[in-house]
Amino acid sequence: LFVFTLLLFRMKSDFELQLFSVKFAVFRLQKDRVYYVRESIMRAAISVARDKLAALGVCIGKFTHGGNFHLHITAVDIMGEYAKYKVWVRPSSEMSFLYGNHVLKAGLGRITEGTPQSQGVVVYNMNDVPLGFGVTARSAFDSRKSNPTDIVVLNQADIGVYLRNEDHNPASAL
Amino acid sequence: MGGTGRSKRKQREKKLGSGLKDAAVLAGVLPQNGGIPVKNSRIQKTKKKDSAVKSEGKDHKKQMFDDNSSSESNASQDSEEFLSDKQNSEYESSVLDEDHEFTEDSDEGSDAENGVQSDIGSSESDEELDIELKSKKFEERLARESKAAQEELEMNARAAQEEFKLPAREHGRGGMDFDKIPESREHLQARIKSTLSVLSDFKRLRDVNIPRSEYIAQLESDLSECYGYLPSLTAKLMEIFPGGEVVELMEANEAPRPLTIRTNTLKTRRRDLAQALIARGMNLDPVGDWTKVGLVIYESQVPVGATPEYLAGMYMIQSASSFMPCTALAPKENERVLDMAAAPGGKSSYLAALMKNTGLLVANDLKKERLKALVANLHRMGVRNSIVCNYDGLELPKALGMFDRVLLDAPCSGTGIICHDHSVKGSRTDEDIAATVVLQKQLLTAAIDCVDASSSTGGYVVYSTCSILVDENEAVVDHVLQKRDVKIVSTGLPFGVPGFSRFREHRFHPNMIESRRFYPHVHNLDGFFVCKLKKLSNSTQPKHTNTSENVYEMNGSEMIKKETSKTSADKKKDR
Repeated sequence: LFVFTLLLFRMKSDFELQLFSVKFAVFRLQKDRVYYVRESIMRAAISVARDKLAALGVCIGKFTHGGNFHLHITAVDIMGEYAKYKVWVRPSSEMSFLYGNHVLKAGLGRITEGTPQSQGVVVYNMNDVPLGFGVTARSAFDSRKSNPTDIVVLNQADIGVYLRNEDHNPASAL
Repeated sequence: MGGTGRSKRKQREKKLGSGLKDAAVLAGVLPQNGGIPVKNSRIQKTKKKDSAVKSEGKDHKKQMFDDNSSSESNASQDSEEFLSDKQNSEYESSVLDEDHEFTEDSDEGSDAENGVQSDIGSSESDEELDIELKSKKFEERLARESKAAQEELEMNARAAQEEFKLPAREHGRGGMDFDKIPESREHLQARIKSTLSVLSDFKRLRDVNIPRSEYIAQLESDLSECYGYLPSLTAKLMEIFPGGEVVELMEANEAPRPLTIRTNTLKTRRRDLAQALIARGMNLDPVGDWTKVGLVIYESQVPVGATPEYLAGMYMIQSASSFMPCTALAPKENERVLDMAAAPGGKSSYLAALMKNTGLLVANDLKKERLKALVANLHRMGVRNSIVCNYDGLELPKALGMFDRVLLDAPCSGTGIICHDHSVKGSRTDEDIAATVVLQKQLLTAAIDCVDASSSTGGYVVYSTCSILVDENEAVVDHVLQKRDVKIVSTGLPFGVPGFSRFREHRFHPNMIESRRFYPHVHNLDGFFVCKLKKLSNSTQPKHTNTSENVYEMNGSEMIKKETSKTSADKKKDR
């Protein structure tokens, strides 16, 4: 059992990690993957043999050999609850984002006030459905001035991955 | 000759003229007009009349003939030849009658009138008689023809029925005959129809020489060939569905069922989802009154499995039959629930939604490859209370402890989902099905062992398959009833055909009618079977059967097919 209170987030350096220590939420490490799971569940999962446990709770991401943490798309719901900076995408470029493309100024609907540059954000569509993660290419202030074809948010992960990577789903530890 | 009066002379001329003409016709000089053969009745009668005045009786008639000229005698002879025997005799009799008339008339009074009248009368009556004769003949001919036609019809019908007997006799029954020229589908379907009609009214329509078993065998081979099933599978289906229902089932299996999706209540409501999807360009409707989460998609401009709503986990593409086991299990919040064969995760995610992400859901599957899909689906749908693991279902009772409820959607032959996977028709032999049945019995026993009978809220197991065969459904449940202390309870499902408590020579527990069967041709759903069991106690001894017999059975049937890891579980059961 490992309980993490500090994690390295290359992408999301602004996340308040205290937010994660919600009372009965715990992280479980399984083969370098981090799972966010209720404590009671985690206790139940102890009895599952190590080589037979595929996943539990929600897979947040995994640690790489280099010690970086890669956040996985499956965490987007949870991240969305705690994320400080959000970006809303217009319907016209919603599908484009889901295909893995970056968000252009023309497709930018809303952005949280004061988002700095190179900031990890959670991308939503106009119905508040979380679409994925991104990194701002320019600050919120600058993107207001930019041209319609300029990239404002770089696509890090989107839920289109469920269809693109069906065979290589990293959420499963097995 | 007759009188010399003016009227008399006229008559004579008339008659002579006609008589001459007729004589000429008879002699062959003049061609005959019309179909009715000229009878020399008139001739004879005129002559007769002339002579009748003088003479009386038959003898005179003959004399008349003899007295007549040679042409007349010839004519008479010709006429006799000309007329049929029947007509001759009739004619003679009528002539005789007329003789009497003549004599009477002549007795009475003036020749001319009488003669004329009698002559006309005689000729008319003669003609009537002729027509009568002809019409009689015609009618007889008609009667004969219609009778012949009817016989022919019946013969044809018989022949038609006999026709489709022939292939069976020539080529033998059962199995594939590769030398036979494949018959067209319409031809086969026509023959199927006629066989079914014969079987439906067997006493009346059958061919006496052909036994019922041959009709049934013919039907079986026709159905197998027409729809592409293995003959053994067709035989099993014919046992379950009487008469023409098999054809309905097979026809329904040819076409896919409508596409349905299930709203993920963890993330959205059905109404909101329906609006969003309609905005995307889908044509959909709620599935029915019996579910609050189902939507049926009639047509869609965008791929249903690739909309942003799908990717965000708002719905799951799932057949409506698959809702049934989950609603039957009805897990409550904060329970421990196990799904023993969970991949790809449609039912597991429904269970989690019913539990509202509380409690614990263990989603297990034997196959690693399928686990990836299971994990992905659970994550996509926002399930947070799950553990996904990779056990063999038979190991689970020892590995994970006790649960409140268990769902076993057992691996089966797939005869209920033929509409999705047509290869099932040609690949499920009796041996395959028998092997699957053994596995199902073991899995269900293990599922029951995973349940805690003393659970405060639960203690239920739901067994479901996507198969409509009795071997895999009622027979499995019945087997387990004798091994464990469980009882069948109502599934709580709003509709469905009740399971069989009797089937051919089998007698199942009477409560089997609480289980539910779903058919493609009745409910427009995939074929399915759902049965809910309640565990009464944790004892592994069955309720009613003899202990020693039980041990013997378990030793005999279950020890053979085991992996080594199972032996400890075996011993536990034996105890």
